Amino acid sequence: MKLRLLWFAGVLLAAPAHMRAQSDRIQAPASIEAGSGFSIHTAGSGKATLFIVGQNQVVKREVQMGQDIWLAPGVVHNAGAYLLILKSNDSTDTAEMSVSPENKPSDLSFLARPSRLPVGIHDGITGAVYVFDAYNNLITAPQSVTFELSNPAGVTQSRTVTTRNGAAQTEMDSTQQQGADKFAARTAGVESKRVVAQVPGDPCGIKMSAKPSGEEIELATEPLRDCSGNAVPDGTIVTFTETYGGDETTVDVPLKRGIAQVSMPAHNGAMLSSASGVVLGNQIRWEGQ
Amino acid sequence: MNKGGLLAVVLIAATIGLIVVGTVWPVSTALAYAGDRHLFQSSSTAEDAVNNLGEAIREQSWDKAYSSLANKAQFSETQFRHDLTGFYPGLLTYATLDHFDVRPLHSSANDADVQLKLYWATVVGTSAISRDLDVTKNGDQWQVVWPIQKQPVVPPQVIPVNYLRWDVIYRGAGDDWGLQDVDAPHVRIVDMHPVQRADGVVILGELLNEDVVPAYVSVSATLLGKDQAPIATASSFDKISHLLLPKQVTPFLIQFPDRTLAGVTGIRMNPFSTLISASADPVIEIDNEHISTAPDSSLSGQLINESGQTVNVAHVLGTFYDKSGNVVWVADRYVDTALLPQTPVSFDIHIPEDLARKVSTQRTIVASYSEEGAL
Repeated sequence: MKLRLLWFAGVLLAAPAHMRAQSDRIQAPASIEAGSGFSIHTAGSGKATLFIVGQNQVVKREVQMGQDIWLAPGVVHNAGAYLLILKSNDSTDTAEMSVSPENKPSDLSFLARPSRLPVGIHDGITGAVYVFDAYNNLITAPQSVTFELSNPAGVTQSRTVTTRNGAAQTEMDSTQQQGADKFAARTAGVESKRVVAQVPGDPCGIKMSAKPSGEEIELATEPLRDCSGNAVPDGTIVTFTETYGGDETTVDVPLKRGIAQVSMPAHNGAMLSSASGVVLGNQIRWEGQ
Repeated sequence: MNKGGLLAVVLIAATIGLIVVGTVWPVSTALAYAGDRHLFQSSSTAEDAVNNLGEAIREQSWDKAYSSLANKAQFSETQFRHDLTGFYPGLLTYATLDHFDVRPLHSSANDADVQLKLYWATVVGTSAISRDLDVTKNGDQWQVVWPIQKQPVVPPQVIPVNYLRWDVIYRGAGDDWGLQDVDAPHVRIVDMHPVQRADGVVILGELLNEDVVPAYVSVSATLLGKDQAPIATASSFDKISHLLLPKQVTPFLIQFPDRTLAGVTGIRMNPFSTLISASADPVIEIDNEHISTAPDSSLSGQLINESGQTVNVAHVLGTFYDKSGNVVWVADRYVDTALLPQTPVSFDIHIPEDLARKVSTQRTIVASYSEEGAL
């Protein structure tokens, strides 16, 4: 039955415009707001079937011609162009109607990228918002959307953007302080929130010290920080290397409580160095201190 | 009898005939795979004795191999088997002996030195292990004195481990399409060099995880010809450490066999990364790394597992640089035995002779795999 109905609607929609001209026997409002109630006036006599065919929605009613047909609020709720077909035994009459989204935002789809980025990146955070009404129709009329990025210290960046064709977007800078920033978008009392993790950048430098420990050397870094003063997170790999007489000893050590430490064989004259990623630390020549 | 029936009778008779012939006069290869004891030669020479031992190991006839040894009173059959395949699960645990070579080193009337080289077929390729055997004459038979290497014993202790562990929760299937997901780790190729070798084109390089979370990584490359048209695509496969902790660097090597750089106008590199649950443990120290020059150029050293967890398979990757700091070669080696806590295990990575002369410095990393809860 649905297939037959769609075929019927397709034939009518494919027909030239002059063949689909509104008939005097069916009169509908040219435009309504999604979800609102409205009346359709019919003329003539006898029974007929009314089809309202639109975006993802078909309404069918058995009607008595010559009477007004009331469609309650919420019955026609998808925005778009609709075709109304009044089919009786001896004739088929059509009318067209446009359904626009409600002008009251009810939901926001908020895309925030990336989920994680280093501190101090200009325009590194992108937020995009799509504004929907209560029936999930994209509201294409301009809406004012406020984007707000706030870090744990309470520093807030704010931008207000007007939607165009239902969408608005903005770019924000990541701050100098690491932490989980709250990124919010709001319009007309509707709010959507995301979390953007701002993480430390590369270590600004690595300062390593060495001290004897029995027959070994105990190497340890000072707490590692990036160039904004944020602590480099635990788990970051620091590579320690000892070179002595053509031989080499290396260990990849993860940071623990901000520092990396390891014991290596003690050889007088050995050269000790450290690195993390592309950042090199200081070198120490071990003379049996 | 119709033609079909006649054909059936002929086929049945031929099958029975072939079975009888194969049983009465079997070929030697079939005997070898069937494990027929008549395959074994008499141990009338030192080489025969080692050959017989190798055959028994290949067939996994541990009782036969053990009973042929001259010094079997010094250890049990289980210890002998564990000496060959490892006491803890490792690369050789699920391996079989593909073939072996026997090479006499020295011999006298009653004593001989013979080298037995065992080629194990493992899940990551062939692993060759060499043993120098003392073979002695006992009556008219020769017997192998097996150089047993007893498994090191780790003293019972408690080792506290409190390194970080990262777990990942992705967005669910039922989440709103606009809901934020967690991004893949940021990785960067920090070095890349194409090299022409006799057997094809090789791309060498290094990949850095510049993020603060662990990454599962791989690298693929596409050779481009005229008009930037792709010629061939290949990936690093296992010539890379797939798990990179934050700020860790791995070398990679991508091979294009039978290709030449002459027809290549460009190379498109494609690093891939995804989030992965991982632990910063175990930490493995690489000790006494030493580059030996020709002949048999190699990088050797010892691995020391600093954690309390047994590492079942260790994959050592060496990056070799010239005086200018350019990568000239990447080589790797899987370690045959499991790494016990605080117990040194030697490794040896072969370096091509022609490249060994160019090598000025090197950097070694270890990728490790552990069977959690298997021990």
